[in-house]
Amino acid sequence: MTKSTLILASGLTRTFGSGDNVVKALHDVSLKVSAGELVAIMGTSGSGKSTLLAALGGLDAIDGGFVEIDGQMLANLKGYEAAALRRQSLGFVFQDLNLVASLTVRENIALPLELDGMAPRDVAALVTSALEEMSLSEIAHRYPDQVSGGQRQKAAVARSFIGNRKILLADEPTGALDSRSSEEVIRLIRSKIDQGLAGVLVTHDAKIAAWADRILIMRDGEIVEEIDSQSSNGAS
Amino acid sequence: MSIKNGLLAILSLGDCHGYQLKHELISRTGSVLDVNIGQIYSTLSRLERDGFVRQLPTASSKDGQQLFAITEAGRAEAQAWLLEPMVDERDVRNDLATKLALAVTLPSVDVARIVKTQRARDIQKLQGLTVDKRGVEPQNPAQVAAVLMNDRAIFNLEAELRWLDHIETILGETKARGLDTALDLQAYAAKRGRPTKSNDKKTGESND
Ligand SMILES: Nc1ncnc2c1ncn2[C@@H]1O[C@H](COP(=O)(O)OP(=O)(O)OP(=O)(O)O)[C@@H](O)[C@H]1O
Ligand SMILES: [Mg+2]
Repeated sequence: MTKSTLILASGLTRTFGSGDNVVKALHDVSLKVSAGELVAIMGTSGSGKSTLLAALGGLDAIDGGFVEIDGQMLANLKGYEAAALRRQSLGFVFQDLNLVASLTVRENIALPLELDGMAPRDVAALVTSALEEMSLSEIAHRYPDQVSGGQRQKAAVARSFIGNRKILLADEPTGALDSRSSEEVIRLIRSKIDQGLAGVLVTHDAKIAAWADRILIMRDGEIVEEIDSQSSNGAS
Repeated sequence: MSIKNGLLAILSLGDCHGYQLKHELISRTGSVLDVNIGQIYSTLSRLERDGFVRQLPTASSKDGQQLFAITEAGRAEAQAWLLEPMVDERDVRNDLATKLALAVTLPSVDVARIVKTQRARDIQKLQGLTVDKRGVEPQNPAQVAAVLMNDRAIFNLEAELRWLDHIETILGETKARGLDTALDLQAYAAKRGRPTKSNDKKTGESND
């Protein structure tokens, strides 16, 4: 597999507020993630992790720097082009997971494919296997408020993978899960990455971060440390 | 924490006599080390043999107590111990806790750097253990013992990492409030440097 760069971010800066209340949520953050690579981001609360993910996914404005997704400069895309790129190439898991309350678990997972105009029969096949992978088949017909927090989280992860995504951006995908379910989810994420996705994963759990190829530690809007899983023998 | 490294770290602050070292070591490590004066002196003589400390002329001490001074080699040894991550899995947390407790009392030691070095080492260790999990089927009975042992090491490391984050925050707050955790050497009168009453013998400590 060629290790093409799927995420390239350079010099990202994001400032909130002004005057005395100014918060540098991101300060000159650069990052490159290739196909088949999982990067974990750790750091204290408020260090800028969610802001960084939003910037990588083009969900929030940036004040400086640029993001290229799969070779396309986000800033150069028209609104509908950016929306199509997000729908087709990017999978998101948000910290405050937003399943649609009026749709069942199954319908939520199917949503990105339907929005993309996929034939219903193909949608059904993909969704069924995604539900199985996440052990969610039994609760597929329920609405988000009828399942546990952990099950909602797994549904959000399943939805982020559905279709032919190339990139996964996940903010605390195991936050509401016990350690057994967390491991199930991270194993699945890892296997998708090994099949060629690129992933960026925010987590407070070092056990989860340890599944990544690289761990970046953020503080006050900056990446202050990078720990590679292979760097124990000599690589800088 | 070995007595050896504790003594060297304290001697790097200044010359001390045996009882003073015992007192400093205990008070700087939250009294978890139960060390007697005999162990202090035997450790000092090993350190002297290895060139890490030297005895000062007895005349240089006011009360006739034997003073010990650290050598350059001893200073380097103490520094190396403080900055190296600990790798002994069996007792790593206790040992690390004691080391950090002592380190925060030493004025010129960069505790944040010690925490950072330990964290990087722990994360790499955790990554290694996690790579070992990838090929393993957790439900496979033939592998269950390996999974258990591996997971225990993983959870221990995770706990240590959370603890490191926690104390890093606490130490950061202490510093932000302008509080200084460093302790100066205390003037400490030797209990038996100049025996006054015979009931001093009841301390139960072994003879030097
Ligand atoms: N819309 C906003 N307006 C003002 N400040 C914001 C906004 N969004 C984020 N911030 C600030 O930017 C900083 C970084 O926030 P961010 O959500 O990226 O942190 P985080 O690392 O994800 O934290 P957590 O671990 O708690 O999720 C924080 O100080 C936060 O208060
Ligand atoms: Mg966040």
